[in-house]
Amino acid sequence: MATLERHIRYEAELDPSFAREIIASSGSPSLMECIQCGTCSSTCPLSSYMDYTPRRIIAMVREGFKQEVLRSSTIWLCASCYACTVECPKEIPITDIMYALKRYAVREGIHRWRFAIPLMARLFYETVRRNGRLTESWTVLKLYLQTYPLQIPAMVPMGWKLLFRGRFPLLPERIRGRLGLQRVLRAAKE
Amino acid sequence: MSGPEVYSNGAPRIGVYVCHCGLNIAGKVDVREVAAFARELPFVVVAREYKFMCADPGQELIREDIRQLNLNRVVVASCSPLLHEATFRRALEQAGQNPFFFQMVNIREQVSWVTKDPRQATEKAKALVAAAVRRVILHEPLQRRRVPVKDRVLVVGGGIAGIHAALTLADAGKRVYLVEREPTIGGHMAMFDKTFPTLDCAACILTPKMSAVASHPNITLWTYSEVIGVEGFVGNFRVRVRRKPRYVIEELCVGCMQCVDACVYKDARFPDEFNMGLGKRKPIYIPFPQATPRVVLIDPETCIRLKTGKCRQTCMGACDRKAIDFEQQERIEEIEVGAIILATGFKAFDPRRIPEYGYGKYPNVYTALEVERLVNAAGPTGGEVRLRDGRVPQRVGIIHCVGSRSKRFNRYCSRVCCMYSLKLAHLIKERTGAEVYNFYIDMRTPGKGYEEFYDRLLHEGVHFIRGRVAEVTDWAITPEEEGKLILRVEDTMIGVVRRIPVDMVVLAVGLEPQPDADAVRRMFNISCGNEGFFLERHPKLAPVSTFTDGIFLAGACQGPKDIPDSVAQAGAAAAEALALIDKGYVELEPNTAYIAEELCSGCKTCIGLCPYRAISFDEARAVAVVNEALCKGCGTCVGACPSGAAQQHLFEDAQIFQEIEGVLAYV
Amino acid sequence: MAYLYFPGCSLKGTSRAYDESLRAVFEALGAPLIELEDWNCCGATTYMSIDERQAFALAARNLALAEGQNPSPANGAELIAPCSACYLVLLKTQKRLATDASLGQRISAALKEEQLCYRGRVRVRHPLDVLVHDIGLQEISRRVRHPLRGMRVACYYGCQIVRPYAPFDNLHRPTTLDDLARALGAEPVDWALRTYCCGGSLTGTLPEVGVRLNYLLLKEAQRRGADCIITVCPLCQFNLEAYQDQIRRRYRDLSSMPVLYFTQLMGLAMGLPPKSLGMQRLMIPLIQPVGAAEKGGIHERA
Repeated sequence: MATLERHIRYEAELDPSFAREIIASSGSPSLMECIQCGTCSSTCPLSSYMDYTPRRIIAMVREGFKQEVLRSSTIWLCASCYACTVECPKEIPITDIMYALKRYAVREGIHRWRFAIPLMARLFYETVRRNGRLTESWTVLKLYLQTYPLQIPAMVPMGWKLLFRGRFPLLPERIRGRLGLQRVLRAAKE
Repeated sequence: MSGPEVYSNGAPRIGVYVCHCGLNIAGKVDVREVAAFARELPFVVVAREYKFMCADPGQELIREDIRQLNLNRVVVASCSPLLHEATFRRALEQAGQNPFFFQMVNIREQVSWVTKDPRQATEKAKALVAAAVRRVILHEPLQRRRVPVKDRVLVVGGGIAGIHAALTLADAGKRVYLVEREPTIGGHMAMFDKTFPTLDCAACILTPKMSAVASHPNITLWTYSEVIGVEGFVGNFRVRVRRKPRYVIEELCVGCMQCVDACVYKDARFPDEFNMGLGKRKPIYIPFPQATPRVVLIDPETCIRLKTGKCRQTCMGACDRKAIDFEQQERIEEIEVGAIILATGFKAFDPRRIPEYGYGKYPNVYTALEVERLVNAAGPTGGEVRLRDGRVPQRVGIIHCVGSRSKRFNRYCSRVCCMYSLKLAHLIKERTGAEVYNFYIDMRTPGKGYEEFYDRLLHEGVHFIRGRVAEVTDWAITPEEEGKLILRVEDTMIGVVRRIPVDMVVLAVGLEPQPDADAVRRMFNISCGNEGFFLERHPKLAPVSTFTDGIFLAGACQGPKDIPDSVAQAGAAAAEALALIDKGYVELEPNTAYIAEELCSGCKTCIGLCPYRAISFDEARAVAVVNEALCKGCGTCVGACPSGAAQQHLFEDAQIFQEIEGVLAYV
Repeated sequence: MAYLYFPGCSLKGTSRAYDESLRAVFEALGAPLIELEDWNCCGATTYMSIDERQAFALAARNLALAEGQNPSPANGAELIAPCSACYLVLLKTQKRLATDASLGQRISAALKEEQLCYRGRVRVRHPLDVLVHDIGLQEISRRVRHPLRGMRVACYYGCQIVRPYAPFDNLHRPTTLDDLARALGAEPVDWALRTYCCGGSLTGTLPEVGVRLNYLLLKEAQRRGADCIITVCPLCQFNLEAYQDQIRRRYRDLSSMPVLYFTQLMGLAMGLPPKSLGMQRLMIPLIQPVGAAEKGGIHERA
C-alpha cells in the first residue's frame, strides 16, 4: 500500500524576511508587484523541467518559503536566457532574482541531490581564481569524473573528434597577472 | 495698525468664534485661552468658544451676535475653509451682512492635527487668529456676479454615451448639437454583434436610439464634423465646427444606394474602415446599413472624379434626387452653447506593439474588434467565423489582457475585456463548434449578471486556462501542431506547462484614449490624467464634471468602461448640464484678479501666464483686461505683474501684509 | 578604426575556429583586431551565481585593461567580445558601474590591488554589431567574391546578445544577422527560434535537458529547409554541432546539419582561404560548397 504524505505549511516554518533579502540582493523591489500571471513560465524554455516554475518561485519567495525555494531545481536549471525578464508585465528582473537565489543557496551550502550544476559552478570558480582563465576541456573532464563518471566512455568519441580538430586544448590557460587577480577578487569579496 | 483708517462700512466691530470641533481642536489647543486672547485684540467686540461652530446652534451664535451687537466682521477659527467657509459666509448673509466680511482660520488641519506640543499649538492658534483679525478689517463688501447661461448644449461624440446624453437633454426640452467625427453615429457599439451579458443584439438596442436622435426636433445632428475651436466660459461657450464635405447633399439624399451600385468600380475594392479592413467598399459608400444619418459619402482619396477630375460620374446619373455635388466645400459653423459634454470614446490598443503575439505576421491572429465584425451578421463574412483562407477554425485561443496590466504598455486594467472575451468565446463556439480556450490572469466580472455569464460559459465547455501567454508561434514540435499557431502557457491552476495548438488567435486588446485626446483636451481647456484619459474633477465624488466649469465628460473618454456605465455616466453628465442650464445663471466667486488700469503699462506679461486664458488685451486702451467669468483667482498674474497693476479681490496686498504682521507680532 | 579584442576562454579552446575566422574577416576588412593583453575570464554566468561583487570585479579588470591599452586614447576604447556570455557580462558590468556609485567605489578599490583603474571610457561591442553598423552591409556586399547563391541559412542569434538589453538590434525580431546573411547572397530562413536558448552549459551538466533543447533547434531549422545554421556564440555552436552525434542518437528524426560561426560563412563568401577560417575544425562539413565551381570544393572531410 502506498504511503500517504501530509502537506501543510505552518506560518512558523516560513521566513518573513526572505523576500526582503532577495529584493536587496537582486536589486529591485518589483517582485512584490507580481500578479502571478505565469508569463515567465510560459516563455521559459526550461520551465517544463523545473519542479517549481519561475512564477511559483516568485510566489514562494514572497511568502517566505525559503527552504523549498533554495532546494528547488529551478534556480539551477535557469540558463539566464532573460526571456522571462523581457516579457514580465511588471518588469520583475526574474533572471537576477535567480542569480540572487543561487548565491543564497551557495552561501547556505544547500545543493539538491549532488547536483551537477552547482558543482560545475564551483569547479569553474576555482579554476578561474587560480589561473585567471578557464580551460574548458579539463573543467568538463573534472565535472564528469565527479558527477557522471560512467558516461565518460560514451563521451570519448566526441573528445577524440575535438582533439583531432584542435578544439580540445591540453595545456591549461594561465594569465600573467594571476596573483594580482587573486588580490583583486579577495578585495571585492562580498 | 495706527491712525484713522477709512473702513468700508464704519468702524470695525469684530466677532471671533473659536471652535472646539469636539476634541479635534480642543484636545490639543486651549480654546478658552485663544478666545480670551482674541477678546483683547483691537476692534474685537465679542470672542466666544463653542463645541461645533458648523452646526446650526453655532451658526445661530454668529447670526445673533451680528444682529444684537452690530458686528460687521466675523472671524471663525475652526477647520479648513474647503469644508465650511461657504457655511459661515451663508450665516453672515442670513443675518444681513456681506458674506465677504468673513475670514476663516484653520486651527485644525494647520494647528491641532500637526503640532505635537499643546502649548505650541495654542500659541500658534493665537498668532493665526491675530492675523485673521487684522486682515478682516480690510475686507471689502464684494458681490458675487451673475452671468446668464445659454440654454443650448453641445455633445461631442456620437457613440452610445453621446447619444444617450443628447436624448436625455433633448427630451428635457433643451436644444442639443450632437457633433460626430465619423459619417455616422453609433460609435464602437454599432460594430458589435451582441452585447454582454444578455447577448442582446447590439444593433437592435442601439438603432432605436440612433433614429430617435435623427428625428428629434431638439437635436441638430452634425456627422462627419469636428470641433475646431472653443472660446468663452461656462454658460457662454462659442464653438466652431468644421463640417467636412461628403460631396453629397445631406438634405436631399435618402440613402437609396443607387449611386453605390452605379459606381464605375463594379466591385468593392478599398479596405472598409468600419469592418476593420476585413471587408471592402467602393469610393462612394454608406458605412453600414443602419448608418445614421442614412446618407452616402464619397471618399476623396479613392474617388476617381475627385482625384483626377475625369470620370463618367455614373453615380450622378443614377441619383434622381440630384444629391451628388462634387463641388461641395467644407463649411464652418459657429454655435453658442451653455454647456459641453465630451463623449469622444476610446481607441483599441494596437497589438502590433507586442510583436510576440504575431499580429500582422501570422494571418490568423485577430483583434477582438475584428472578430466582432466577423460575428456580426452585417459584417464582411455575413456572421460566419472564418480564417483568412475561408476555413472554419476548429480551435480558437483568446488571449486576455493584451496591452493592459503591464508596465510596458498600460498599467491599468481595461475593465471590459474579460467580459467581451467571454462573449466572443460564446459566439465563436456557437457559430463554429470549435474548442475555445480563454487564457486569462484574473476573471473580472463585477457587473450585474456578469458572474452568471461566466458560469454560463463554464457550462458551455469553454476552456479557461489561468496563465498569460508569452508568445504566439508557428514552431511546431508534434504532428498535431503542424500548420497551427501554438500557445505555450503555464496552466497555473492545474500546475503544469501546456502547449496548445490553435487555428485562430483572438487578442483581447485593451482600451486606450483616442490618439488626439491631448489635442482635444487643450482645445476644451480641460486636463488629461496619467494614462491620457480626460480627467474628472474628483475620482469618487465628481466623475462627470471637469475642472473647467460647464464642460462634462461621459463614457470611455474618461476611462475604460462598458455600455451600462457609459450610459449611466452620460445620464449623469446630462443631469449636471441640465442643472447648470436650468438655473439660468452662473454665480462667479469674486476672488478674481483685476487690473488697475492706471498702473498697467501694457507689457502683456500676465496674458501668456494665465492658465485659464482669462486675460485679454484691449488694443484701444492698451491695457490688459481680466474676464471675471474665466478667472479662477489663482494669483499667477498678480505675482508676475511688474508694475503691481494686477491685483486680486480678497487677496489685496494690504490684506496680506496685515496677516503677516499679525502672525509676526504674536509668534 | 582600431578595435581591442576580448576572445574569452572558449575562443582559445573549443571555439578556435571562431577566433580564427573573426580575425581573418576583420583583417580582410581593414580593421585588424588587437587582442587584449593578459585578459582574464569574464566569469560568465558562473561567478554571478556565487558572488556578485567578485563577478563585477572579474569583468571590470578586463574593462580597466582595455582602457589602459586603448590604441586611440582620443576616443573611448572599443572592445569587441564575440562570445555572447562575455559580451553580456562585460556590458552588464559597464552599465552597473555607470549607475551604482557604491559598487563603483568598491570595484575601484579592488582594482587598485593590481594598480588598475577604470573610468568608464570603454564601449563593449559585439562583432555582429561592428560589422553591420560600423563597417556596413554595403561594404561587406562589395567584398563578397563568392555570393552564397541562395544558400538557405538559419540565423541563430541565441539569447544573450539580444536580451535583456537589445543594444544593437530589435529585441523580439532581430534582423542584423539575417541582413548580413542576405548581404552575402544567402537566403535567411524565416523561423521562430532565432533567439531560443540552447541551454548553455546544461548539455554538460544535465545532458538530457541540454540535448533536447538543441534537438528542438536543429529540428526546426531542418523543418524550415535550412542548409546550415550560423551562430554568434561559441557555446551555442558547440551545443548544436559537437553534441549533434549524441542528439541524433537520442532523436532519430534529425538529419545532419552543419553549424558554422557566422564569421566563417562571411569569410567563405569573401573568398578567404578556408583554412584561415578554421573550416577544418568543423565536425560537420558544409555540404553546399561555396565557390565550388571556382575552387573545386572548400571543405575537407575529417
